[in-house]
Amino acid sequence: MAKAPKLPVKQILDENGEFVKGAQVPEIPKEDLISLFKTILKVRVVDSRMFKMQRQGRIAFYMASYGEEATHVGAAYALKPQDWIFPQYREQGAAFVRGLSLQLFVNQLFGNSGDLNRGRQMPMHWGSRALNLVTVSSPLGTQIPQCAGTAYGMKIKKQDAVALTFFGEGTTSEGDFHAGLNFAGVYKAPAIFFCRNNGWAISTPIHRQTASENIAVKAVGYGIEGVRIDGNDLFAVIDSVRTARERALKGDGPTLIEALTYRLSSHSTSDDPSAYRSEDKDDGPWKLREPAIRLRKFLMKENLWSGKEEQDWEKTCEKELLDAIRVAENTPRAELDALFEDMYDDLPWNLKEQKNQLITFLKNEGKR
Amino acid sequence: MPVMNMIEAINNALHLAFERDSEVVAFGEDSGNYGGVFRATKGLQEKFGSDRCFDAPICEQGIAGFAFGLALYGLKPVAEIQFSDYMYPAFDQIVNEIAKSRYRSGGQYPVPMVIRTPYGGGINGGLYHSQSPEAFYTHAPGIKIVVPSDPYEAKGLLLASVKDPNPVLFFEPKKIYRSAKGEVPVDYYEIPLSKARIAREGTHVTLIGWGAIHHINMDAAKLAEKEGISVEVIDLRTLIPYDIETLDASVRKTGRCVIVHEAPRTSGFGAELSATLHERNILQLQAPVQRITGWDTHYPFSFDYEYYPNPKRVLWAIKQTLEF
Repeated sequence: MAKAPKLPVKQILDENGEFVKGAQVPEIPKEDLISLFKTILKVRVVDSRMFKMQRQGRIAFYMASYGEEATHVGAAYALKPQDWIFPQYREQGAAFVRGLSLQLFVNQLFGNSGDLNRGRQMPMHWGSRALNLVTVSSPLGTQIPQCAGTAYGMKIKKQDAVALTFFGEGTTSEGDFHAGLNFAGVYKAPAIFFCRNNGWAISTPIHRQTASENIAVKAVGYGIEGVRIDGNDLFAVIDSVRTARERALKGDGPTLIEALTYRLSSHSTSDDPSAYRSEDKDDGPWKLREPAIRLRKFLMKENLWSGKEEQDWEKTCEKELLDAIRVAENTPRAELDALFEDMYDDLPWNLKEQKNQLITFLKNEGKR
Repeated sequence: MPVMNMIEAINNALHLAFERDSEVVAFGEDSGNYGGVFRATKGLQEKFGSDRCFDAPICEQGIAGFAFGLALYGLKPVAEIQFSDYMYPAFDQIVNEIAKSRYRSGGQYPVPMVIRTPYGGGINGGLYHSQSPEAFYTHAPGIKIVVPSDPYEAKGLLLASVKDPNPVLFFEPKKIYRSAKGEVPVDYYEIPLSKARIAREGTHVTLIGWGAIHHINMDAAKLAEKEGISVEVIDLRTLIPYDIETLDASVRKTGRCVIVHEAPRTSGFGAELSATLHERNILQLQAPVQRITGWDTHYPFSFDYEYYPNPKRVLWAIKQTLEF
């Protein structure tokens, strides 16, 4: 059997918060580093609060991203505002980096009238046209050929822009993964395929998804660039996306980035990881490797951060979040029109009739 | 006015769409240099460049997903699926993505685009080159479904579909790609979507069909006329959202109705039309609405005559409604 080459895993900032010897460190202004670290902490505050909110029955569902924050926070930071992001769903940090307000994010979780989706989707399906952040949809991998199409659109319209899509290693088993990488390769579309290899697709470990040595090597089959990076190293994430972006804009085609990370959280609030993995043996080593630890060490060594600042920041995030939750809980759901509108640009006769039928029923029931 | 066959009219429409709007792009398997296996995209690459008309890898889910991405970015893709029999790998992209994007994003991300695809039997194609899968897609609200019946119709409806702000599936009756000929204006024109066409007025029975079947229905009406039966023939043109006003008015006038399609009967689009017409017009109907359709089998290579609706079978159903 042919063995795929073992690609090196690029790391710039090691687990101790030291730069790897000989590594070329990407230029990131100090205030940006602080801000990115703060975003990672903010994601944690939001995730932990929202997980509890689901347990209390105040929201229907949630998906945390504990341990993977550097992937989405870093990748989004390395892009420009004109670049498009096609999320999968576990990339709330990318939304915050893009500028999605906490209020809009929370409104989406509640599906109220302040939700940009008009309350039509379950929690964790955020998106914003104004931010070039494509609205999340549940099917896995459908966003990959779509990202290739948008990237090709950027190319033929001669825009200084790229499209990036996130997905997990489990999604690389989907036909749409093949379709998207193949199309982007053929057309040399300025696309970046960012795989968060977090080890688990709900309960299924990666060796049950693919017999391939790794994910990045699959790029070879599509004639595109493939790289492996330490996905818990914010510097490596930013560096890899910047490099992929430059390549794409030079006309050198797409890049598949495999970011090695670990899903320390459950898949979602509906999942129970204790049924399929050991907290000690499986999760344990990764708890020491999660992205905030090394970044905190680095920032503290550089005198850019302190424990006091962290406490204050977490309190600030918590307060902002609780305010947003209060507003969201007091915002009514959308008007009934939202049930029928946006199927088409206008309301065809059948929807008008069905809407009237529903209104008549509700009136008879005394519910309107 | 020049005479064109259907494929020439479609090709002419695409050339005009490309000229009028630089955001229009066309792609599909063999669509580029070759101009498509049926030649619908002939000359587009030569005239407008390979950025705007290009070959796609053989991957229907990729074609649909790629078109979605182009549409999000403001381009107007006209994608071709070489045979509608092969569109099922794209079903997820069509039903879960293209149909739902506007709704799920609160109107932020509509995907105006067209997927053209040849459909239908009568061409010695057997199971996998003869299907009429339109009903699957009529059950996915959020997309429009258009089926032209002749060259003039194909050009006007395709240009309207390209301009429409919603995703449109454009099913082309390949059986009559070359046999249906007619005068077609060379200039740009549109035929509005969701407007049925009364192709022949009559008073005794309403006959509803679309695509290639429309010609079967016209022939059936001629046979009926010889027997003193006056048939009103309606070319539905748009299946979703369809023109209920024209159907209601005709059925209320005639009191009788036959619906004809190639696809299998059970859960075919005729079932939807029949149910709706009964619900709305039960007191004006003189007889149950009849259906002449393909059988609930796969498309049989060696039984084309027995499978494909023909004018005599349609006439037989017309008489049944009259004799009820």
